[in-house]
Amino acid sequence: MTSVELLIWVRGPGLQLSLAAFILGMTYRILQTYFLGRAKNLAEPRGSEWVHGIKTIWWRSFFHPGMTVRGYFTIISGYMFHLGFIVTLLFFDQHIELFKSWTGLSWPALPPIVITVTAVLGIAALVAVLVDRFADPVRYLLSDYQDYLCWTLTVLPLVTGLLLAYKIWLPYTSLLTVHIISFELLLVAIPFTKLSHVFTIFIARWYNGAIAGYRGVQS
Amino acid sequence: MTVSVERGIQTLKEHIDAPVASFFTTCVHCGMCADACLFYTETKDPKYTPIYKLKPMRRLWHQEYTFWGKLAAKLGLSKPVTAAELKEWEELVYDSCTMCGRCSMTCPVGNDIVYMIRKMREGMVAAGFAPEGLKAATKRAITIGSPMGVKLPALKNQIKHIETDTGLTIPVDVNGAEYMALLSSMEIMNFPEYIGAIAKIFHSAGISWTLASDAFEATNSGIQIGSSDLAAELVARVVAAAERLKVAYVISPECGHAYMALRWEGPNLIGRPFSFKVIHILELLDQLRAQNRLPVTGKIKEKLTLHDPCQIVRRGGVVDEPRRLLDMVAADFEEMEDHGVMNWCCGGGGGVSANERASKLKLTAFNRKRHQLEALGVNTLITACANCRITLEEGLEFNNMDVVVLGLAETLAEHLEQQTSSSATTATQ
Repeated sequence: MTSVELLIWVRGPGLQLSLAAFILGMTYRILQTYFLGRAKNLAEPRGSEWVHGIKTIWWRSFFHPGMTVRGYFTIISGYMFHLGFIVTLLFFDQHIELFKSWTGLSWPALPPIVITVTAVLGIAALVAVLVDRFADPVRYLLSDYQDYLCWTLTVLPLVTGLLLAYKIWLPYTSLLTVHIISFELLLVAIPFTKLSHVFTIFIARWYNGAIAGYRGVQS
Repeated sequence: MTVSVERGIQTLKEHIDAPVASFFTTCVHCGMCADACLFYTETKDPKYTPIYKLKPMRRLWHQEYTFWGKLAAKLGLSKPVTAAELKEWEELVYDSCTMCGRCSMTCPVGNDIVYMIRKMREGMVAAGFAPEGLKAATKRAITIGSPMGVKLPALKNQIKHIETDTGLTIPVDVNGAEYMALLSSMEIMNFPEYIGAIAKIFHSAGISWTLASDAFEATNSGIQIGSSDLAAELVARVVAAAERLKVAYVISPECGHAYMALRWEGPNLIGRPFSFKVIHILELLDQLRAQNRLPVTGKIKEKLTLHDPCQIVRRGGVVDEPRRLLDMVAADFEEMEDHGVMNWCCGGGGGVSANERASKLKLTAFNRKRHQLEALGVNTLITACANCRITLEEGLEFNNMDVVVLGLAETLAEHLEQQTSSSATTATQ
């Protein structure tokens, strides 16, 4: 298989397969969690599960009172790399072209220099959280192989995309192949690793808020 | 693996439900929960990070409910949860967790960590790993009826003293009373003024109430040790007495875990809704306040603050009631910086105060409350939980701090309008 043939496979069937794994895997993960169920609460409620569940989904997105340096760092760096990743993914003109070829939908792209900034900010935030994971005794103790695997899988599409945009390192075709593969690996990994938090975070926050809300506490 | 450890692991598996799975799936190991836990903030030891206390349960979830975890377990590539590991985690799950739930309020991904600690304790106790002090308290609760070994004659003796002091009759086993009051052993033995306080207030408000001779104990060691079977047995005794006396309400006393056990876990433990309502004493007093049935006179002039019992406030939902009540009798009530649902625990909840092994760590954790009190510069601290009160008094004494701890019900009783005793005058000076 030539490098061009590999690229064609990677951006065609390869991407479709990884998307299928992502969608089916994530559906399975969510359904599996849901069907574990929970016991019906027989205590007389004091508040609404739904209202507090929804409120908690919203309020846990922000700083909370009494937050320490660790907390501020977590929230700020978290927003930086999540936003850096998402903006780069959704507003780079060539990505939009790809979405358009699949769905027919398109939207305005951001200028390449802005995308460079979002990608660099995303990478910088990811490097910062990795350094902190080693430097902070609490995070270091909590970390397992998945933390490092997920970090690698998240940073690779950003780094390879940046190299591709500025034509650094490998020939364009090879680099594009590596870039797409890195994204496909990320897609496939999401349902089977802690990266699935991109979806389950809403379930976890809802349960937290619902448990507290049932007792009349805003969590 | 011994039979008991197998039983413990099976129990843990059975307690992994949809919320637990979503919490473990979502945890990104950010460590923010550490800053919410007074055992971490006062020791800076990373092992006291709340989510770390669940590591064996998390691994079990991973091996049982995730693709890679199941595969690795089948191939023998993952480490099973062992007796040695559970033994090692006993200190983390019991000694360094009061189940205060502050971590659950701060997790950015929404993990209700204390919800999982409660379940983890079920597995731990089923496997035979629980602190001796807590085991002994639970055994006394089941066999004698009280974790402190308080029997009916001891209560009757206290009642006799209170009746002499107040001139009121403490009703026992009154059929058809509207309210059945429960007490904690700590109140009976250490703070009997609580019994006198509610007697005065109820007499003043014209409330029909009773104690039950066969179910006066409210605290539930089964909840603290993590055994639903034992917790259910203790709740069932209260339910049987309430149904026998045909009361409309059961009053949970100034005790945090008692309220959690009866109000929120009780019906689930016995598997059916109650035929009566459970009301916390603070809720009832606040209702009386709203109905102008709690007339008080005089206010405490010196600056004071309120310690929120975690299970009543953050985990129980009784947040504003103590504040409205305290405002009635306090001229200078100032909140601690972190208060209400973000309060800091006293350090003795969740069975920690019954666990002698944890006493040194408990006193270290108390430094958080010490700093809060020093920042305010108060000499009077009001609370509404006998266990908090004894823990606070112990911590204050250990640190040579000149702070008086008072129960809220007793403080209100001392300011009752029709009362002309010298105690009210003393308190208002």
